[in-house]
Amino acid sequence: MEKFNTLNSQAVLLPFEDVDTDQIIPARFLKSVSREGFDENLFRDWRYLEDGSPDPEFVLNQEANKGDVLVAGRNFGCGSSREHAAWALVDYGFKAVVSSFFADIFKNNALNNGLLPVQVTDDFLAQVFEILKKKPEAKLQIDLQNQEISLVGFSLTENFEINSYKKYCLQNGFDDIDFLLNKKNEIEAYEQSLA
Amino acid sequence: MSAKTLFDKIWDKHVVHSVEDGPQVLYIDRHFIHEVTSPQAFSGLKERGIPVFRPEQTIATADHNVPTENQHLPIKDALSRHQVETLIKNCEEFGVELYGLGHPYQGIVHVIGPELGITQPGMTIVCGDSHTSTHGAFGNIAFGIGTSEVEQVMATQCVLQKKPKTLKIQVDGKLNPGVVSKDIVLHIIAKLTAAGGTGHFIEFCGSTIESLSMEARMTICNMSIEMGARGGLIAPDETTFEYLKSKPFAPKGEKWNKKVEEWKALKSDPNAQFDLEYHFKAEDIEPMITYGTNPGMGIGITKDIPLPNGKTASGLEKSLKYMDLEGGKQLLGHHVDYVFIGSCTNSRIEDLRLVAELVKGKKKADHVHAMIVPGSRQVEKQARAEGLDKILEAAGFELRQPGCSACLGMNEDKVPKGKYCVSTSNRNFEGRQGQGARTLLASPLTAAAAALSGKISDVRELMKVEA
Repeated sequence: MEKFNTLNSQAVLLPFEDVDTDQIIPARFLKSVSREGFDENLFRDWRYLEDGSPDPEFVLNQEANKGDVLVAGRNFGCGSSREHAAWALVDYGFKAVVSSFFADIFKNNALNNGLLPVQVTDDFLAQVFEILKKKPEAKLQIDLQNQEISLVGFSLTENFEINSYKKYCLQNGFDDIDFLLNKKNEIEAYEQSLA
Repeated sequence: MSAKTLFDKIWDKHVVHSVEDGPQVLYIDRHFIHEVTSPQAFSGLKERGIPVFRPEQTIATADHNVPTENQHLPIKDALSRHQVETLIKNCEEFGVELYGLGHPYQGIVHVIGPELGITQPGMTIVCGDSHTSTHGAFGNIAFGIGTSEVEQVMATQCVLQKKPKTLKIQVDGKLNPGVVSKDIVLHIIAKLTAAGGTGHFIEFCGSTIESLSMEARMTICNMSIEMGARGGLIAPDETTFEYLKSKPFAPKGEKWNKKVEEWKALKSDPNAQFDLEYHFKAEDIEPMITYGTNPGMGIGITKDIPLPNGKTASGLEKSLKYMDLEGGKQLLGHHVDYVFIGSCTNSRIEDLRLVAELVKGKKKADHVHAMIVPGSRQVEKQARAEGLDKILEAAGFELRQPGCSACLGMNEDKVPKGKYCVSTSNRNFEGRQGQGARTLLASPLTAAAAALSGKISDVRELMKVEA
């Protein structure tokens, strides 16, 4: 897992609520047995027209909207537990997703892949959408150490929550399995206490 | 000691370790796996050179990708075949029991766990599938996880989780005729929205819930995730014990009696505090149907589709455009092209019986393509033993072989672009049943009524004629 510290990047705007994981990666592209190669089909049915050509209306196909941060409407990542959604976003190059609300399983999957879910207030999100619509070149700065997100050049800053365990994992590129494997003795003792 | 919810009791009993200002290490009693979300987890174990820690607590089946006809033949789609074959190899290599294609226990993971008695009260159960919440109907903590977490459970029989908050949903009273458990849960989601339960674990309770069969309870818990909740459970009672008693993996003899005594204690204390509470009256619920592209977009079948309020962010406008439906109008009478009865929500024997009873001696509308996909080999066998297949086939419904099928269209069972499908599944997301497919979620009764008339119909009208 890649380490995460500070991110300073333009953003890609997806101003829809309830973006579900079937939109992020449709089920028909879940047939791979590896973790790679899902970026091609990220937002597949919104991104491509029926003839397979890119839909110029969709944000990922617009030159002005590039960046490592995806900003999306409330309740991002709802629906299926498919981690392929997080893999596809990471494969495509996203390092953080900003929304005013995340679905639980998606949030865990994102964190387990070094993709930082930044939960902001509805008000902050609305302002980010409004400003970036007019000035897509403006950059978002995400500072994990200080748990702070700001729109550079605008007086718009907010703090975000993350538990200190997950923060430590992201900053150091550690994953949960290493942590759990170190707890084997405790786990076995727990099992014996039940027997 | 302070009063505790059932959720707290089960959760706390399974905590192996608590990380300061972090998640807890939760011990998992049963781990179900399937072909789509397990291969990368097995690869992870291979890379680390470690085994499945407790293979005897891990159960595998093939369901998402499998064809629903000619299951005895090799799978035609090369990628699907490779995924199913990978599961077979991995299960052999790591010593995991697999109920694969051709096995009498094969079926949708959330149908087979309960019907085999593997799912029991008081347990913690996970699976790399969001509808794992289904198992909560037996009074346990069951939730969906991602593939990294599947790997955690394989490696250590534990998962790192932040404890969710608790949410009580109480439904009291007697259900109206034509209203079944799917309508209850669609009604609740329509009120709470698709995100109303996020961060929470639900306990469903009240006289209406208590009156339901296990199949009906599973339908409700299954859709907990559709309001964003981590899961949903129902305290076990005599209905639960009666259902489990004869199941192959249920405890037997003296062990059974001991277990039942333990299970009887599984209930929330009378004064237990929940973080959030909602109350519903059964008599307020009518047959439900969805009009939009998330399960929270549902209405009573006689109601009007809501009008967009001009707020683009609400998503309603976008949904109605995708569905090619108009706000302010009724859905009743709208034409239907497909009817799908199946999925982990509504593919159990009781669902098939309901449909068979309604369509017996009738014929589906000629233009409707009606598909019934049983949840498991056991359900299929039972349906055939009861002669339901004959009734359904005479009415023009095709009874296929078990799998997830057109719920998510990973196999060839898809709804074509622009077509309307009344479906008993759990998600009406854009493209869920096939690219451009338009899904309307409903109960098996409402779905069967749509197949007979060829349009969205109020099943109560159909039942009135019969009465």
